[in-house]
Amino acid sequence: MISMDWQGQKLAEQLMQIMLVSFAVVAFISGFVLGSFQIMLLIYASGVLLTSLITVPNWPFFNRHPLKWLDPSEAEKHPKPVSANTSSKKKTGKK
Amino acid sequence: MHSIGYRANALLTFAVTILALMCAIVSLSDNLNSPSPTAQVQVLNINWFQKKPDGDDEVSLTLNISSNLQSLFTWNTKQVFVFVAAEYETSKNALNQVSLWDGIIPSKEHAKFWIHTTNKYRFVDQGSNLRGRDFNLTLHWHVMPKTGKMFADKIVMSGYRLPEAYR
Repeated sequence: MISMDWQGQKLAEQLMQIMLVSFAVVAFISGFVLGSFQIMLLIYASGVLLTSLITVPNWPFFNRHPLKWLDPSEAEKHPKPVSANTSSKKKTGKK
Repeated sequence: MHSIGYRANALLTFAVTILALMCAIVSLSDNLNSPSPTAQVQVLNINWFQKKPDGDDEVSLTLNISSNLQSLFTWNTKQVFVFVAAEYETSKNALNQVSLWDGIIPSKEHAKFWIHTTNKYRFVDQGSNLRGRDFNLTLHWHVMPKTGKMFADKIVMSGYRLPEAYR
């Protein structure tokens, strides 16, 4: 499955916050000027909908900086050091 | 922000927080409105005035109420509740309030009105204190907002007097 990379996640969060706040400001001003509470709510609701369509799904746009992991064969040549205690502690913990 | 569920949750939480903030500011914006409502109430007739068998005085009035409450309406007003109360002082109570008529104004277009009516609710005193009594007719209103704080105010109209004798 294609998901977001780190920079994509940051971008999605910032986009979400900026878009929601801007739509709120626009909605409030339009509602106040036109004297209509309903217009304010409609503009804000469509803003929330648009923002969720843009920032919630895993668009490929948010995956332009994928992490380059080491190849598995390369990683096996440099195994991680394993401490001796971990395995025994897990066993006693389960019992 | 690593999964769809996490992002949807964050967006919804933030969106609702902003909505609450917007509602608070909308309520505050009502303070920018300085209303100038007007009202007149005429007592056209005392239909009857008597002592009930249990000893309490009761009177029936014909009223002509005219009012312009259009300036109370803002973009955050859902409706306005109005009522006319007879207010008078007796030896026992410093303030007696008897609601005579009420109404709900659903929109600004309906806020300029006049109505010719007998008292909708019974004007009964707690005792026998109404003969020759001076009283005020007060138009009270409660502005019900779409969101936020409710406002209430009134216009006091004085100089009304009930007759000295039952009729």
